[in-house]
Amino acid sequence: MTPNLHLWLIPVLALIGAAINGLFGKRFSRQTVVAVALLFSGAAFAFALWVASQFSSLTTPHIETLATWIRAGEFRADFAFYLDQLSLVMLLVVTGVGFLIHIYSVGYMWEEGGFYRFFAYLNLFMFFMLTLVLASNYLLMFIGWEGVGLASYLLIGFWFTKDSAAAAGKKAFIVNRIGDFGFLIALFLMIQHFGSLDFAQVARGASPALPGGEALLTTIGLLLMVGAAGKSAQIPLYVWLPDAMEGPTPVSALIHAATMVTAGVYMVSRSHVIFEHAPGAMMVVAIIGTLTALFAATIGMCQTDIKKVLAYSTVSQLGYMFIACGVGAFSAGIFHLMTHAFFKGLLFLAAGSVIHAVGGEQDMRKMGGLRTKIPWTFWTMTAGTFAIAGFPPLAGFFSKDAILFKAFTSTYGSWIYWAIGVFTAFLTSFYMFRQWFSTFFGEYRGDDRADFHGHGEHGHGGIHESPAVMLVPLVILALLSVCGGWIGSERFDKFLAPAFHASEFTPVVQHGAMGMGPDTVVPATPVLPTGRRDVEVSETLLTGISVAAALLGFLLAGQLYYRRRDLPGKIARALGGFYETVLHKYYVDKIYAAVFVKPLIEGSTKLLWHGIDRDVIDASIDNSADGAREVSDAVRHMQSGNIRSYAGWVAAGAALVILYMVWVGTR
Amino acid sequence: MQSHILSIILFTPLVGAILLMFVPKDNKDAIRWIANLFALGGLLVSLPLVPWFWAQRFEPGFKFMEGAPNNWIPSIGAGYVLGIDGISFLLIMLTTLLGWVSILSSWTAIENRVKEYYIWFLILQVGMLGVFMSLDFFLFFVFWEAMLVPMYLLIGIWGGPRKLYAAIKFFLYTLFGSVLMLLSVLFLYFYNFRQTGSYTFSIQALYRTAPHIFHDPAYGSTFAILLFLAFFLAFAIKVPMFPFHTWLPDAHVEAPTAGSVILAGVLLKMGTYGFVRFALPFFPDVVMHPKVRGWMIALSIIGIIYGALVSLMQKDMKKLVAYSSVSHLGFCTLGIFALNPAGLSGSVLQQINHGISTGALFLIVGILYERRHTREISEYGGISNVMPLYATITMIMFLSSMGLPLLNGFVGEFTILQGTFVENWRWAAWAVPGVILAAAYLLWLYQRVFFGTVTNPKNEKLHDLTPREVLTFVPLLIMAFWIGLYPKPFFQILQQPVNQLVLTVRPDYPGISSPVNASIPAAPAQAAALHPVTAETTKVAKP
Repeated sequence: MTPNLHLWLIPVLALIGAAINGLFGKRFSRQTVVAVALLFSGAAFAFALWVASQFSSLTTPHIETLATWIRAGEFRADFAFYLDQLSLVMLLVVTGVGFLIHIYSVGYMWEEGGFYRFFAYLNLFMFFMLTLVLASNYLLMFIGWEGVGLASYLLIGFWFTKDSAAAAGKKAFIVNRIGDFGFLIALFLMIQHFGSLDFAQVARGASPALPGGEALLTTIGLLLMVGAAGKSAQIPLYVWLPDAMEGPTPVSALIHAATMVTAGVYMVSRSHVIFEHAPGAMMVVAIIGTLTALFAATIGMCQTDIKKVLAYSTVSQLGYMFIACGVGAFSAGIFHLMTHAFFKGLLFLAAGSVIHAVGGEQDMRKMGGLRTKIPWTFWTMTAGTFAIAGFPPLAGFFSKDAILFKAFTSTYGSWIYWAIGVFTAFLTSFYMFRQWFSTFFGEYRGDDRADFHGHGEHGHGGIHESPAVMLVPLVILALLSVCGGWIGSERFDKFLAPAFHASEFTPVVQHGAMGMGPDTVVPATPVLPTGRRDVEVSETLLTGISVAAALLGFLLAGQLYYRRRDLPGKIARALGGFYETVLHKYYVDKIYAAVFVKPLIEGSTKLLWHGIDRDVIDASIDNSADGAREVSDAVRHMQSGNIRSYAGWVAAGAALVILYMVWVGTR
Repeated sequence: MQSHILSIILFTPLVGAILLMFVPKDNKDAIRWIANLFALGGLLVSLPLVPWFWAQRFEPGFKFMEGAPNNWIPSIGAGYVLGIDGISFLLIMLTTLLGWVSILSSWTAIENRVKEYYIWFLILQVGMLGVFMSLDFFLFFVFWEAMLVPMYLLIGIWGGPRKLYAAIKFFLYTLFGSVLMLLSVLFLYFYNFRQTGSYTFSIQALYRTAPHIFHDPAYGSTFAILLFLAFFLAFAIKVPMFPFHTWLPDAHVEAPTAGSVILAGVLLKMGTYGFVRFALPFFPDVVMHPKVRGWMIALSIIGIIYGALVSLMQKDMKKLVAYSSVSHLGFCTLGIFALNPAGLSGSVLQQINHGISTGALFLIVGILYERRHTREISEYGGISNVMPLYATITMIMFLSSMGLPLLNGFVGEFTILQGTFVENWRWAAWAVPGVILAAAYLLWLYQRVFFGTVTNPKNEKLHDLTPREVLTFVPLLIMAFWIGLYPKPFFQILQQPVNQLVLTVRPDYPGISSPVNASIPAAPAQAAALHPVTAETTKVAKP
């Protein structure tokens, strides 16, 4: 028997923090709010570390069942938690990065109204995110899935008096719901064919030998991908993420970069057994990932808002993770998920620090030369920028390299994925260094005002470095962005192997006493070989090419945004219409508005409400009522307005009816 | 006590109504106190039912039976017979709860003709409870019709500017449906006589004979379908299903807040209850007829999508919530006609959920209306700034209504969709967009009313919820979280009657192992079913 870890405590700790601040925070001082929020998110992190320290002694997956949640008909779903290598990695990323961002927020949000509300929402987010990654069945995962969506909605719209923020929150929620359509249908299919939503049982049931076999698994896989595309902002559902930047910057870092948006990658990885038996679905995942990576990177090149650049970059990097999933390299995808959480969390926080420094300005055209003024921010952001660009030996290099290598060599891979991936790596490097040069080098281009008040997120005087409470998380994340990849993709892959070869495990579930104890799943014989395409290619060569791409991006950005600042404008003019299209994000939002939103709104108003409801149904009823009125005018003398006489008529009518029925019934 | 508990619950509000008749009409506060005490009393006397019912939730048949067939008007075979199963139990508890909540919410909202208002409200309460308790069709019909009058008056007297149009529309629509139902039942009544030689309106007796009409060469399947359609029309209007829904927005918009709460929370459930209690067991072969079932499903799905789309575009908050009811009730009828355990139990649970969530939504609209006397969405904006507590409660109830997990709506919708999916994946796939649209119309409404800055100077001084208003939400919030977090007891309560219903309609449905209910036999009459009443009463007598 394995020890009972009480995994449920981890999310519940965050929930307690949310509840205390949410219910009583209004009366607390800021210090108390901070103490509560940090205590509970820190405790969750500490607990996660303890779980990690116990991990080697566990038989995995480690399952704890608390209670039955839904039982209807033959279907049941439990409140049950699941710990294996995959959820452990997610657990540490979520609690670790989450805790750091909590600390950072103390400084960043200190002067904002609704301080307690912010931390209550942040802890609430942690609760749902931890439920999502620790769930042992898809339904509980779906709770977390919807819950993080709610937290995201609340936090994007945190400054709800700003119309754009309120609209962005709503958009995020609705677009996510569209994705959930796929997720829900996938759940129903799984219930119908596997009889359960437990990961272990689904993994056991998902085999091509099923009736419907591969077609069924492909359908499930594609539907899951619809859900993942919503949550993880992939084509065609990515449109909510850039708008989500309306939220406070720590929220962008935590939810819209490091954790929540990676939930789709986690979910697809968690469902790897289904995907492995559905090559068609795998291919779609890889193609969506590839296209999104490229597409978002091109948009990122033209953005001038420091957060929007990072937002499109996030969409693009998530695309990489889906490429990894789509070529069957799930561990490489999770590896990139982890390093991305470090460096993208860092980049957002550092961007927040920049915004903080320049008094709420987010337009990079009005920055420049900040290198010497905010050195801590500069150096940490430099680490993040080099990491995401894929320079060795920083974290992003290892994980991106692993993905690109697998994209080329895997049985599901193709040189096309690799080529587009490398090109995107070049674009990534370019737009990141474009940001880096524009922000920190050259001359300061903002207005040198002493007073920045009433400008976006922050109001402070003069350009100044952020307080230590914000810098410490930056430094820690910078260290992680530098060293986080040194474990190496192969060792990481080996660590995750038990989770990703779950089909090699025949789960034997032993229930603990009272349903509270841990259940264990005993490994059995392996069945699936890990695939590698029969291609002769030197890993060194591939690595060399991708590093060269990153270097090229760096040099080009330096040329355009440091040495020859006049060139970008000229190039943009030379490109003309193409540049305009990219600048306007390919007009996707406008197209969606014209194709989906407008017809929906006009159709609902004119066709359904005014048309069918008023002009057809009500009109016909009013007409028949008019007809009835004419008849009743003729018999007006019966209408005495006296209830008793009405009752008399009703009785008389009923008597007639009864007579008729007697005749029918007895004839 | 246990043997008469249903009568006690049923008549407590009536006692209050009678008492109110003797209070001078100018003594408004006394009237309010008495009405509230009896509404609360009505809730309190129904509470003992919870542990008592729980103890026998898995036992077959109707429980807490009172009276015997034909004991009321023996010459025509009408009886005062009450009894409940898990389905009616939950609806009764919902009724007593919402009855109290809505009477409490009327305290300051109703200023004129206070005495009549509360009298009619309490009588309405009796009618609704009677509908859910009656096991005799004659008695059922008396309550069913009796309920119409108070509701008609509540809309017609205490309603908004177009109250007469709305009230008459409501009255005629429902009356039209119920007359056809009466015809149909009279046929069943005489059919039963020809089969058994006795005249009775006992529902349990009719359960035994009505299903045979479908196979009776003298009438045949088409005739059975026509009889079903008469029931269908009565219930579809009440639910309301598309395209019989147009009375609902008008009735809701004009009705006073408490009237809307009861209308949405309980009255609409009479339609769905009618399907479950009568239409399905009377005509099992008709509802399984592919064409009939196909139409029912199609109308449900149209209702879901249509209601949601029209809701999206409303400019009046109350109308928006009213149309959203059409959408939500579409889920309920969809679950019913999935005709399997998940679909049916999800449907009944969703009926309860809708009563809680939409009841709360009408209270929410009413609170703003009472302060500003307008429900135009464009009149508001930035309300979160001035009424933060109200905004928070509204957010929770919106989330519950749009089916966010860990709140009640999700459990119901998920179970319904899962049950539907098993029957035909296309049905579920068509219904799911309703869930997406629900998020759209509710969040958009929330954005327009609560977010932003206060632009309308009239909204600057709005005061947040009073303790009395908070009190009306507390039970609804508790129920929303309870059902969302731990719905298991509800499913257990529903398990027996729902399985029984499925067995009645689909005798060969796999996997139902619960003991067969003696009082609702599967299609052929069974010898064991002849004395269900005595069997039940002996069981009840045990402690």
